[in-house]
Amino acid sequence: MSFTIITEQLTKQYGDRTAVDHLDLRVGDGRIFGLLGPNGAGKTTTILMLLGLSEPTSGSMSVLGLDPRRDPLGVKRMVGYLPDAVGFYTNLTGRQNLRYTAALNRLDKPESENTIDEVLSEVGLGKDGDRNVEEYSRGMRQRLGIADALLKAPRLLILDEPTAAIDPEGVHEILGLVRSLADDRGVTVLLSSHLLNQVQAICDEVAVFVNGKVVVQGPPHELVGGESGSEIVEVGVGSTVDLSSILAPEAWISATSKTRIPGIWEVTVERGSTARLARTLVDEHLDVTTIKRLAADLDIAYRHYFEKVDADA
Amino acid sequence: MLDTIPSHEQQVMRRRGGWRIVARKELGDYLTSARFGILIAMLGVVAAGAVYAASSGIRSVAPQAQEVPALFLKLFTITSTPMPFPFVVFVAFFAPLLGIMFGFDAIGSERSQGTLARVLSHPIHRDEVIIGKFVAGLSVIALMLGSLVLLVSGIGIFRVGVVPSFDEVIRLALWTATAVAYSGTWLAFALLMGILVKKTATAALATSSVWLLLTVFGQFLFGGMSRFFANPSDPGSALKAEVMISRFSPLTLFQDASTVLLDPTQRAVGLVTTSSVDRAILSKLSIGQSMSVVWAEVVALIAMIGIAFALSFIYFMRQEVRA
Repeated sequence: MSFTIITEQLTKQYGDRTAVDHLDLRVGDGRIFGLLGPNGAGKTTTILMLLGLSEPTSGSMSVLGLDPRRDPLGVKRMVGYLPDAVGFYTNLTGRQNLRYTAALNRLDKPESENTIDEVLSEVGLGKDGDRNVEEYSRGMRQRLGIADALLKAPRLLILDEPTAAIDPEGVHEILGLVRSLADDRGVTVLLSSHLLNQVQAICDEVAVFVNGKVVVQGPPHELVGGESGSEIVEVGVGSTVDLSSILAPEAWISATSKTRIPGIWEVTVERGSTARLARTLVDEHLDVTTIKRLAADLDIAYRHYFEKVDADA
Repeated sequence: MLDTIPSHEQQVMRRRGGWRIVARKELGDYLTSARFGILIAMLGVVAAGAVYAASSGIRSVAPQAQEVPALFLKLFTITSTPMPFPFVVFVAFFAPLLGIMFGFDAIGSERSQGTLARVLSHPIHRDEVIIGKFVAGLSVIALMLGSLVLLVSGIGIFRVGVVPSFDEVIRLALWTATAVAYSGTWLAFALLMGILVKKTATAALATSSVWLLLTVFGQFLFGGMSRFFANPSDPGSALKAEVMISRFSPLTLFQDASTVLLDPTQRAVGLVTTSSVDRAILSKLSIGQSMSVVWAEVVALIAMIGIAFALSFIYFMRQEVRA
């Protein structure tokens, strides 16, 4: 398999702070790669370096076979980018904004009008192209941003937080759009997000990114499987109950620990024992408000790393 | 498909000139903006007032003033009640504001709108964005000042009935170009401030403060500073030093250039000593001679644009794209 993006020991420092720490990333051709991590993990910094918009402190990278440091224009000609909090000229219509983009990409006039029509309908803005961007909802702007990135017929699409600050319905639409773009156009997609479950659904591969380092990487289904013989169950029993004293350590319960939310506990049990735990809780006459098996190791890893980050901060 | 891919040579050619795309877009925005409409209306009214007053002044002196050289240009340099100042002073005062208005938010608005990162993700060099913005701003300013001069000329011809000679038309054109360069220094400075100071409101305030300081308090400032350089035993040296220091202000440069360009009898700028005019033959200067008198002033204005622009360049290239 050949790779659209390769970074080796990529590092970016701002003064004493290391935003991206010796990052080794490989994104295969035609895949949807999810860069997951909390805000400030270094996702946007990585993306800006890949586009040649920010200078790495050390390390090397290759995007579509080019070095963004040496040939930023060559990279930008082939890579479509949807920035975090994308903006448009609000005094212009969606179509006028795209015309400017077409000019910046040196698309020739008569064909570019057709291309604009195509990308507008592709993202579902076929009817709204002639409205002022000022009237656009956030989701519409986001879709216009994707159209803007598609205009140059990119081979790689980089989407920075495409689902941030969008209502659930909009999120669903955007993710569906991204999936179909990857399938229909065969374009490689790198997308960043801090919301695991949204991104998990459409990504071929994810990397969990914390403090500038990748802590877990792989296809979501592989990460989901896990190798340990235990599962973690989230239990809500009201804030006055000390669950750890009630659930005496047994063979099938290996740990009971508090979470940061009062009254919510995490119980580590033997694989397949969630139902047994539920029965035990009822037998103890506890007023159980929630009981939820945390879906996957990825989920757990994600949560734990994030909590660690918060604790460190 | 293959034959539509441009050759490498074409690609290189196309890669340049991205600033033109930016400039074209900016120009379109400016010309349709409310800002432009308000400015042109305001300037038009004031300029018409200025020329009305000037033409009244000329009318009263015209009958006995057959010998006045370049009578038409007097439209721009003299005034009478009720207007407090002639057109030249009006432009000296207003041109910097034009520059500031089209410069201070050029980069800041892109940043706050979130368009900067998006635009820069397309195949365009970062410097082409500021070059395009500067060119667009300067074009609008040239358009405004040019049409104002034409408006004043038109009203003048109609009211006074004096038709400009070829010589006067050239002088007027040169003066307009100088006024555009003068406004350009402030445009470049405002652009620089807009890059250095991230908040557009702060950038506007900072730039306007510098302008106010130089325009209103310039005389005191230069006078005060000249004392440091003056030789106490030579009473004239303080004055000489003041003149030298004041030339760091675009306002002085523009005023000096205006005086000479719009009046063929003016033969020097700055300090005129008795020795320099002693037994001088009173005659009109040709355009070439006037130009050679103010050459240094015009070059200094352009150099100021160059310096401010170079600094904008350096800082903008180093800045992070992120808002």
